[in-house]
Amino acid sequence: MAALEIGRVLDNRQVARDKYVMDIAAPATARQCQPGQFLHIRITDTYDPLLRRPLSVYDVLFDSGIISLLYRVVGQGTSLLAKAAVDEAVDIMGPLGQGFTLPSENESIILVGGGVGVAPLLYLARLSRVRQCRVRLLLGAAGGAQLGAASRFEKLGVEVKTACLDGSAGYHGVVTDLLEHEDAGDYSRLYTCGPAPMMAVVSSWAQAHGLWGELSLEEHMACGVGACLGCACQLKAFEPGYAKVCTDGPVFNIQAVELSPDQARKEGHNE
Amino acid sequence: MNSRPMSYPDLSTDLGGIKMNNPVAVASGTFGYGREYEDYMDIAVIGAVIVKGTTLEPRVGNPPPRIIETPAGMLNAIGLENPGVDIFLSEHLPYLRDKGVTVIANLAGNSIDDYAAVAAKLEGHAGIAGIELNISCPNVKKGGLQFGTDPVMVKQVVEAVKQETFLPVMPKLSPNVTNIVEIAAAAREGGADALSMINTLMGMAIDIEQRRPVLGNVFGGLSGPAIKPVALRMIYQVHREMDIPILGGGGIMNARDALEFIMAGATAVSVGTGNFVNPRAALDIARGIQGFMQDNGVKQISELVGAAQPR
Ligand SMILES: Cc1cc2nc3c(=O)[nH]c(=O)nc-3n(C[C@H](O)[C@H](O)[C@H](O)COP(=O)(O)OP(=O)(O)OC[C@H]3O[C@@H](n4cnc5c(N)ncnc54)[C@H](O)[C@@H]3O)c2cc1C
Ligand SMILES: Cc1cc2nc3c(=O)[nH]c(=O)nc-3n(C[C@H](O)[C@H](O)[C@H](O)COP(=O)(O)O)c2cc1C
Ligand code: FES
Repeated sequence: MAALEIGRVLDNRQVARDKYVMDIAAPATARQCQPGQFLHIRITDTYDPLLRRPLSVYDVLFDSGIISLLYRVVGQGTSLLAKAAVDEAVDIMGPLGQGFTLPSENESIILVGGGVGVAPLLYLARLSRVRQCRVRLLLGAAGGAQLGAASRFEKLGVEVKTACLDGSAGYHGVVTDLLEHEDAGDYSRLYTCGPAPMMAVVSSWAQAHGLWGELSLEEHMACGVGACLGCACQLKAFEPGYAKVCTDGPVFNIQAVELSPDQARKEGHNE
Repeated sequence: MNSRPMSYPDLSTDLGGIKMNNPVAVASGTFGYGREYEDYMDIAVIGAVIVKGTTLEPRVGNPPPRIIETPAGMLNAIGLENPGVDIFLSEHLPYLRDKGVTVIANLAGNSIDDYAAVAAKLEGHAGIAGIELNISCPNVKKGGLQFGTDPVMVKQVVEAVKQETFLPVMPKLSPNVTNIVEIAAAAREGGADALSMINTLMGMAIDIEQRRPVLGNVFGGLSGPAIKPVALRMIYQVHREMDIPILGGGGIMNARDALEFIMAGATAVSVGTGNFVNPRAALDIARGIQGFMQDNGVKQISELVGAAQPR
């Protein structure tokens, strides 16, 4: 069940030029979080910026009641969030939305993340490792300095392959090129989150090989709970109407989604 | 002996025949059908839940993007996505009635017959306290001119709905007019039991990189704190000119805002965009009003209605 909770900032550190990780003590919310769900965060007590900001659950330390967020500074709200000091209060609403379907014990799964799109995949990897799954992550970023998340996955025992657009670390090129070296038959599930063009390539690869898959979408949100109908997104499975990203998603089966060129142009978790 | 140390102020109010336990309602389109917010509160204690706008037939709504934040506000172009009146009556109303929620239906349409037909369908269903008419809709028979911008059409649509229902009828005035008092007078002549003021102000935003409007629908309705001064001014003007209960709203975020509306002349208030920021806003505001009344020795909320008007 979702709720409102006033959390406390434990840490808010810069991990790359434009990226931050925030750890929040929010025990009631932490206990409820599923991988792929998001929190709706009130950035300020004033009315500008006005709306809450949706951010994925990056990691959860269940026993200590700590939730981590990984966010990229893109505008007014995330800039303010980056200035939040240790011990400051954070107004959290959540967890919200449909998360990822967890694999069963001993499955073999592949994750593909681009930029901060990797955020919802870490807690998924953690719980999958608890279930003795073999987990491989293909992680793409603009430059090597942006690949900080890789070590958090490696610590969980995830096999990580990286790709950088500037060639400074790992494979030189886009992350989807790494799929050429993968055999879809080695995996029972695929999960992806990142820029829409990346997800479009990843999901057509999975579909071409008959691999089950889920992806996470973004849309501007007001309420976050299915009340305002502001986060409508055109998805194959919901035609002639629209899907509500906040409550029908943000995680959808790749079969439900046909990432059109228009959606692909839209900014997702871009670098 | 009475165990209460002092008597609590009375927040109950009568909005043109709609009985409310407290004067704070949640605005149409911002609170879905109520159940979306059940994790956060007991929705039955809200003064009234004005449900999402209902049309005769289902509507899929506008193409995305549908919302964009603006300074101290937001633009929306949802396009009245809703499942139609039949689904409202079979799936949403029974649930709200069982919960004991004070429900105000919100009607939309593109012809006078549309509004009348939806009102007729609602008639006889228990659990509806009143009808709010969203007249910020284009009239297809009049070349898409908004009902709410023309006094003649306003009067006609209110009359037509009044003929189909015994429920209190409350047209929701559009602020996109030059003379709001003239529109309010037309609504009253048509038989309105109360007025809801105000709906969103028409606006737009432009994406300078793509060199095109942000919203799929080009134009959208502006709501939130940015519109509060406009809403207050219009309510003040109408209350000064005529004696009709007003549901006041537009940018209400806290109890102070709500009290401003009441003192301008609103009998009750509605919270819209504020729910997105604080899902418990309606309850927090009602409590804040109660606190103000206690601190200032106000026994009944009606004592404050229009208190800021010239005496
Ligand atoms: C379910 C979900 C999960 C997300 N998880 C993450 C995450 O883990 N890490 C991360 O860095 N970002 C994430 N995002 C994107 C993040 O919400 C936006 O980057 C953020 O809202 C931008 O706010 P701003 O004020 O800095 O930017 P501005 O551009 O100034 O924001 C203006 C308005 O647009 C909205 N907006 C702008 N970009 C987006 C976007 N991409 N998605 C949704 N709304 C947007 C803002 O919320 C705000 O209302 C997620 C989005 C969604 C929908
Ligand atoms: C997302 C959204 C959807 C809305 N949908 C409706 C609607 O269906 N019918 C209606 O009469 N008003 C609708 N409104 C207008 C609100 O009910 C309210 O009148 C307006 O937003 C001004 O109040 P506020 O500033 O408190 O939000 C909507 C507003 C928003 C923000
Ligand atoms: S954000 Fe309001 S319905 Fe999804």
